[in-house]
Amino acid sequence: MSATRKSVYHYGYRRARDQDAQAVVRHPVVVVGAGPVGLAAAIDLALRGVPVVLLDDADRIGEGSRGICWSKRTLEILDRLGVGEQLVERGVTWKLGKVFCGEELLFSFDLLPEEGHKMPAFINLQQFYLEKALVDRALELENIDLRGKNRVVGLDRLNDGARLTVETPEGRYRLDADWLVAADGARSTLRGLLGLDFAGVTFEDKFLIADVRMAADFPTERRFWFAPSFHSGQSALMHRQPDNVWRIDLQLGPDADPVAEQEPGRVRARLENVLAPHAFELEWVSIYTFNCRRLDRFVHDRVIFIGDAAHQVSPFGARGANSGIQDAENLAWKLAALLKREADDALISSYERERIQAADENIGHSTRSTDFMSPHSGAERRLRDAVLALAPRVEFARRMVNSGRLSVATVYDSPLSTADVERFAGAAKLGAPLPDAPLERRDGTPAHLLESLRGGFEIVYVKNGNAVPTAPRGVALTVIGEDLLDRQGLFAERFDATPGAAYLVRPDQHLCARWRSFDADAVERAHQRALQR
Amino acid sequence: MPKLVTASRFADPDGAYLVLVEARRNLSETEAAELDAKLVFILANHIGDLDVLREAIALAKESR
Repeated sequence: MSATRKSVYHYGYRRARDQDAQAVVRHPVVVVGAGPVGLAAAIDLALRGVPVVLLDDADRIGEGSRGICWSKRTLEILDRLGVGEQLVERGVTWKLGKVFCGEELLFSFDLLPEEGHKMPAFINLQQFYLEKALVDRALELENIDLRGKNRVVGLDRLNDGARLTVETPEGRYRLDADWLVAADGARSTLRGLLGLDFAGVTFEDKFLIADVRMAADFPTERRFWFAPSFHSGQSALMHRQPDNVWRIDLQLGPDADPVAEQEPGRVRARLENVLAPHAFELEWVSIYTFNCRRLDRFVHDRVIFIGDAAHQVSPFGARGANSGIQDAENLAWKLAALLKREADDALISSYERERIQAADENIGHSTRSTDFMSPHSGAERRLRDAVLALAPRVEFARRMVNSGRLSVATVYDSPLSTADVERFAGAAKLGAPLPDAPLERRDGTPAHLLESLRGGFEIVYVKNGNAVPTAPRGVALTVIGEDLLDRQGLFAERFDATPGAAYLVRPDQHLCARWRSFDADAVERAHQRALQR
Repeated sequence: MPKLVTASRFADPDGAYLVLVEARRNLSETEAAELDAKLVFILANHIGDLDVLREAIALAKESR
């Protein structure tokens, strides 16, 4: 459907100085692909003081909705990058999901049942709005060099870097990178240039995806139907987006003809069944199948794969773009630390380890959801239908109904973490992003924990008497009870905090060590461990 | 160490068999298969132990 896709924003092509240079110019980091993932990586690196060249084969942001669901963890990252608040304002906030069988409500779920988080469980927002916000942010940053209509056509590996051949409207040029970040999507050119195998499971079921514009007052929640009367025998998903746009996703089965199914009359008829009596305009439609697969390795010497270029899942669960942005965040601080010589190359292998763990988790969830939605045989369908038949009556069956398990951050089983010596209860987990908490600044204004973190390594220390510890070099210190006040007690609850407790936070807001009391040596050892030194 | 109990546990094994047979009486093949599928989930959840479930599946697959 890309042929019918209009451009919503054009950032254009400009000749870069590198194209006129005598010798090939070398850059610390080149990111290929200016989609949400490449943009997030470039902005994160730039904010950490690393200059980035960002190449894209297009020079515009295309219409067509594609990704719509942005998860809490993604929004927290985007907030750190400086665009989170505007996106939440622009998007549709939701946290409720409902699952129906036929017309009967089987159950509903609340993805964020507690208060005191800055970011909601999810927003729905057309991908092009997110990309526009990120492009605007990238253009604000002097150390990002965004080059549109720069298509990579050649890649040579150097001993300590990579050399690219890039095609532009004014001919080809070459450029070198110490580190090359491949964020060039599911059909990654760089993956092809390295000849990497991208094997996995392809699912045969075809789905019709459509965005329609209509004035309707359906509630703002994710609605999923197994076997609704309006779409016989198959599943259906409906989601609200801004601008009175609704996403409809209809399962068509393995035998559907992709060409016939895209005929406007046929699409309309299917959608009328779903939406009657509401009148609607068709904004965008496509037929898709999907794969669950990943690269064996994400790091190939100095070429690092992130996002869809590294892994793909089904859309049910919103684990594609969200996990890509989480890849970008995981990589950015590590690359920045390497380039500033605060860490050794070993730190990069932790990117691979942590994000392969995440990719496998996402592929696992995605595959299980798909197995539930599209049983492979009559016998499997009978089992699935047994669960659906029991679900209205018994809780255990409702918990087996799988319409997509929605994206949450992975808890890294990581060499960067220092194992707990003392016991900690509460929501905070070693290897996971810190749970947010509502706090108060010293001047009495409200703040949240995550937005108060400073972006590097940081000790969050709980005040205990008047003695304030000294954090090691390269580690910031925030004292709860002094810099930030825990008036509601939710920090204490979520971190199982007691006076004197200390939490070591990574630059990506993940917890990597904690203690009941502050010991400068232990903190320094944990800090070095988290840098793999 | 197997966890699955295979020693007889019903005081009245014939009675247990009868209960299962009677549940199927007058059902078509399809209806019986649907009943079985539901029974499998209900009983599996009652057991609530994946190891036991795996052993039971292995035993069922081996006794053809």
